[in-house]
Amino acid sequence: MMPVVLWTDAMIFLLLATILAGAWHIRKWPHLMLPWQRVATSSMGMVSLLILSLFMLVGLLDSLHYRIALPEKNNGQTVYSAEVVSAFDALASGLKSRTEKTYSAPMAAYLYAKENMDTLEGKILRDYPRLRFGGVHLSDVGRDWLGDVVQKAARGALAGLLLGVLLIAAIWILFLRQRGDHLPLSKVADNPRKALLITTLLLAAFFGAVSNLAASYHVLGTDKVGQDVLYLALKSIRTGLVIGTITTLVTLPFALLLGVAAGYFRGWVDDIIQYIYTVLSSIPSVLLIAAAVLMMQVTIEMHPEWFETSAARADVRLLSLCLILGLTSWTGLCRLLRGETLKLRELEYIQAAQAFGVSSPRIITQHIMPNVMHIVLIAMVMDFSGLVLAEAVLSYVGVGVDPSTMSFGTLINAARLEMGRDPIVWWTLAAAFGFMLVLVLAANLFADVVRDAFDPRLSHKN
Amino acid sequence: MNKLLSVQSLVTSLNAGTAIVDDISFDIAAGETFALLGESGCGKSMTALSLMRLLPDGVHLKQGAVHLTNENILMLPERDMRRIRGGRMAMIFQEPGLSLNPVMTVGAQIAETLALHQDMHGAMAEARCAELLEQVGLSDVQRRLRAYPFQLSGGMKQRVMIAMALAGQPKLLIADEPTTALDVTIQAQVLQLLRDTQQQSDMSILLITHDLGVVAQMAHRVAVMYAGQIVEQASRVQLFAHPAHPYTQKLFAALPHANKGQALAAISGSVPALGSAGVGCRFAPRCDQAWARCHAEMPGWTKLPNGQGVRCHLYDTDEAGTTKQPSGISASQAEQGSSSRVPPQRSSENSLLQVENLRVHFPIHKGILQRTVGYVKAVDGVSLTIAAGRTLALVGESGCGKTTVGKALLQLVQPTAGSVRFAGNDLVGLGAQQLHVQRAGMQMVFQDPYASLNPKMRVAEILQEGMDVLSIGKNSTERQQRIDELLDQVGLAQASKWRYPHEFSGGQRQRIAIARALAVNPSLLICDEPTSALDVSVQAQILNLLKTLQQELGLSYLFISHNLAVVEYLAHEVCVMYLGRIVERGTVAEVMRAPHHPYTRALISAVPHIDGSGIETVRLEGEMPSPTNPPQGCYFHPRCPHAMDVCQMDYPKATHVSDTRQVHCYLETTEKVKQS
Amino acid sequence: MIAYLIRRILYAFPVLVGVNLLTFALFFVVNTPDDMARMQLGMKRVTPEAIEKWKQQQGYDKPLMLNTQAAGMSKISDTVFFEKSVRMFAFDFGYANDGRNIAREIQTRMLPSLAIALPTFVVGLLLYITFALFMTLFRGTALDTLGVTLCVFLMSVSGLFYIIGGQFLAGKLWHWVPISGYVGGTDSIKFILLPVLIGVVGGIGASGRWYRTIFLEEISKDYVRTARAKGLSELRVLFGHVLKNAMIPILTGVVVVIPLLFMGSLLTESFFGIPGLGSYTIDAINAQDFGVVRAMVFLGSVLYIVGLVLTDISYTLVDPRVRLQ
Repeated sequence: MMPVVLWTDAMIFLLLATILAGAWHIRKWPHLMLPWQRVATSSMGMVSLLILSLFMLVGLLDSLHYRIALPEKNNGQTVYSAEVVSAFDALASGLKSRTEKTYSAPMAAYLYAKENMDTLEGKILRDYPRLRFGGVHLSDVGRDWLGDVVQKAARGALAGLLLGVLLIAAIWILFLRQRGDHLPLSKVADNPRKALLITTLLLAAFFGAVSNLAASYHVLGTDKVGQDVLYLALKSIRTGLVIGTITTLVTLPFALLLGVAAGYFRGWVDDIIQYIYTVLSSIPSVLLIAAAVLMMQVTIEMHPEWFETSAARADVRLLSLCLILGLTSWTGLCRLLRGETLKLRELEYIQAAQAFGVSSPRIITQHIMPNVMHIVLIAMVMDFSGLVLAEAVLSYVGVGVDPSTMSFGTLINAARLEMGRDPIVWWTLAAAFGFMLVLVLAANLFADVVRDAFDPRLSHKN
Repeated sequence: MNKLLSVQSLVTSLNAGTAIVDDISFDIAAGETFALLGESGCGKSMTALSLMRLLPDGVHLKQGAVHLTNENILMLPERDMRRIRGGRMAMIFQEPGLSLNPVMTVGAQIAETLALHQDMHGAMAEARCAELLEQVGLSDVQRRLRAYPFQLSGGMKQRVMIAMALAGQPKLLIADEPTTALDVTIQAQVLQLLRDTQQQSDMSILLITHDLGVVAQMAHRVAVMYAGQIVEQASRVQLFAHPAHPYTQKLFAALPHANKGQALAAISGSVPALGSAGVGCRFAPRCDQAWARCHAEMPGWTKLPNGQGVRCHLYDTDEAGTTKQPSGISASQAEQGSSSRVPPQRSSENSLLQVENLRVHFPIHKGILQRTVGYVKAVDGVSLTIAAGRTLALVGESGCGKTTVGKALLQLVQPTAGSVRFAGNDLVGLGAQQLHVQRAGMQMVFQDPYASLNPKMRVAEILQEGMDVLSIGKNSTERQQRIDELLDQVGLAQASKWRYPHEFSGGQRQRIAIARALAVNPSLLICDEPTSALDVSVQAQILNLLKTLQQELGLSYLFISHNLAVVEYLAHEVCVMYLGRIVERGTVAEVMRAPHHPYTRALISAVPHIDGSGIETVRLEGEMPSPTNPPQGCYFHPRCPHAMDVCQMDYPKATHVSDTRQVHCYLETTEKVKQS
Repeated sequence: MIAYLIRRILYAFPVLVGVNLLTFALFFVVNTPDDMARMQLGMKRVTPEAIEKWKQQQGYDKPLMLNTQAAGMSKISDTVFFEKSVRMFAFDFGYANDGRNIAREIQTRMLPSLAIALPTFVVGLLLYITFALFMTLFRGTALDTLGVTLCVFLMSVSGLFYIIGGQFLAGKLWHWVPISGYVGGTDSIKFILLPVLIGVVGGIGASGRWYRTIFLEEISKDYVRTARAKGLSELRVLFGHVLKNAMIPILTGVVVVIPLLFMGSLLTESFFGIPGLGSYTIDAINAQDFGVVRAMVFLGSVLYIVGLVLTDISYTLVDPRVRLQ
């Protein structure tokens, strides 16, 4: 086994490390903790955070990439498979390997299309064949199917519930018991613990049922080449998360440095920065992205020798997409930060610092940056959901991720072509839109809570 | 008494349950001005909004009754209440600049009220609008009708607000801090207008204010509010002669007075936060006459024999069986100042700061190519001298350039011309490096204690910043020691250095700001309106602190203020600024007792005095012109009651009235000619 | 006022030059014309001759910025930069890969684009503002909460879903309207109806919430209290005072997109097979027709800048502070 660190993996872990370090830092500063405590007291915020973190867990597992060592050796050297797989693939190997011939509906035991089959009598029968994996254990599908599904779902749900209870008990024993009710959380009216508890149990039961069913059925059906749609949808999560987070990470330095510099120094610095962002924002963003992505594609196509594996190539394309999205979308935040800095620089504490002769870089880092960070944070969480949605559109337009990268956009794009079939193949679309809706809705709700908690204009009187 | 309005046990609270207005009762007679006096956050504005039933979201009326000519308006359906708002009961607000709709003409806004309440439309309404604008003293009425609020000055906007209120021919006018946002000379005009209008229409006024001076000029009867309750109610005469409640007494004592030898009687602590009230008297924690009962039991309403009402255990008849008579402000209540006056010095000797002909001009860009078409002459040739250990006050109305002078001295704003000699070195045109050396000598204390401290820094970091940059103190332990010392000096606990600004009240923040400036051992502090954002009781604390610091550390102050009473208390010399120039200078005694320049005279006479008398009033017409385009000749002549032909020709040169005194006015020269 | 507008228009030129240089850099410097030719002709076994031929056909065979072999003005004018980029200022976009004149194509395709985009814009704007005013009127009540929740939900749904779902329901299931094709004239109405409906519904979430925020900000201002103190009813306060003032921030966001309506909507047009500029752009992207993409980028920026100037003009209509200073 050879670990492979793709570019986006590195970025994701860098981001994770930054967030953890940030959290560690914030823990020690009560004024930084304050808005987060407000977030922590919101049921809506905590439930959406729980759901978001499940998505993130899948995304992180899917970011631990490696190549499997092949059994044969070449001159004593281990030969590795060309396919790059992730820890998530290993966990979901069942889903990944159980491919059918072509389309099959969710929970089906038969294929979607009729085929010619030889019967025992030697005649040729045209009918829906049984699937290779889905519902293969049923001897009489018509009779047993419903009972089997209900039973498996119920068993899975119960097992999941049990696990959920154990998990909660473990968390309670490990973390909450010692601190007990000294937490400020218990005093506020809107205590999210109950909501969190209920959500956790419901989710546990749901996942239990789904995973139990997934062992013997294709819960969300299969696609054209017979791949399990549930697997594809889960794999798409990572792409969405990468686009939603790495892009903002790219945006950030531009927006922050240029915006603050323009607002603080004014004069010709401001003129130049304003000119740059007027030029960039005057090009309709889809077109600018399209143009840039087309050029990036050409570059990648012209240099196949840069990439060891196809996964590396697709990954670089994903990263470039993030870079391009970031480079074309920093202008909004930049303008916002410039405006805020213009206001801040007239404040008396900045003038007091100037009266001491504090240098401009120090004023910017000590006085201005900390006081605009809430805007940056709000913009980051608000942008996330927009970017996840944008990926789907861009992939549809043809300037999104590499066709081999699994993403909501590629899923929709592939499924759209089958809309004309009768009966309609709806499950791939439903899976992609459903996963996207849950992810984006959770992100939007969380963003709202974060914004309310950080917005200084909303007074927080308790 | 013919009651127009009667408020009975009104309670207004936040939706969360905290009462902001807590059981308030009062009556207003027809034709009477009733003042509701109190410091910020005491609930006086909420009382007014409760009467109008215009409470903001999140606040609601809990109980009580409000009778307007025998009709309980709290019980009226919203529909009928709308007939009363703007009709029988009208209201004007504190910020005339924000209270008018910016995209509607003045005429349209007044006509709206006329259509609603007088059923007047079209030409008739327009004629009535013009009449109303004339009534509130605006000239060129036809043009004003079509003007938008941004084309009017602050004073004119408040006049329009009054005209709008009068349009419904109200029986009761609620005026919520109507002059707080205005300059003293404009304040005098608006107060006069309110008085005149009242006389003409027999209207009652509910005047809400924090300013004892305004009360003294306007009110017939007064209620004093503290922390959501009325603590004292009396006629104006009674209240000013014998304030009964300890809070009222302290409020009077805290006013700056001319007796510099005495420290002001500050009220310790600050106004309690909403909802923090315990079971006892709300003033008890700050009251030096409080005893155990005050902390345990809320005092009831006691009616004194002379008709005065008070909420204080001192006057409970069952307490000790004797009624204490309301006492005047005795000298013993004011803390005895420990100091004697600094002997007067000739300012030109050992002068610390010498400013010659300072000019700060901001260019105005216009046109396609943004060429400079003119200058805002914010500061236009100011010279001043401050001696070591002395206080020079720079007095003037908003927009006269006094704050810009302060900033230009510190080189926060680049002066256009002139010299600033500080301790022998000219600061103008110095490079950043050379300027750095001089930074420690001169520091500034700003006006707004909420904007002058970085909310993301702890007190220790705030105080340390200047020391770090200017390398004061050898190492961090030394600096930490210095921080402790500074906090002691400004009267804050040492433990507060680990806290954030938002945990402090306005007065405490201003102490931190003073400590920050002191951290680098300056010899000159520029104080830019350091108390104008503070309540009177807290202002006294800060003024005392500044005075003590001057005596202990031998500091010099450049004290920038519009508040003449504060200046009289604190300063040694005064410079009066008008439109970027100094029109009169001299010692405090000279300038305040016998002002020579007509502007100074108007400024001083416009300040409402607490005895209600005032000196002979010099009323100024109009408002300060724009510094972009100052009038030809003496800048003051268009508003000057004594303007002569010569005033329109050239700017008057300085006339030396005495060694310490200069006036820029042709009256001086002509008088001198006459005398000689 | 006039001087201000002239200044804004003059400022548009350096911005357009910037856009032009940026697109030039993107299309010709990041990748050389040779790369593009190889890309177009297929990667494998491309002869140098074929590349040269393609470049000549496309007009990419000239030097990029400076033609050292030419004399006089053509030193500059006989270059890729001049031919492909500078000429765009005269709206001369050259030819697409299929040999058609891009400028003429744009002219004929503008109308169908506008036929979809304009009704969507107008109906949407009216609906969103009404919806937001409604929420503002009932602020703090359950109706408002319901409205906001609905908005957040609607804005979390992918735009593609609205189109695919709408086509499926209205076209396939209920057979209301045809789901593709476009015929001009009066017949166009049945092709326009569904795309417009979908466009309007798709925008409710984000726009409704945005306008609500603007109204709420405005309604907390002091002049609103004055209006209420006059005895005006809440409805008259909202329509007579708040709406007028809220027009200023609303126009900032709205007027700038009006010229861009000409560009059409990429997704709607391509899903419904409407021969507008949106589908033109998508087809060009899919066919990697750089000439068309470049033209659309330039056209888009011109329209955006026109939008900025229009925004400034529109302020003078609603804001007396701008009009009179």
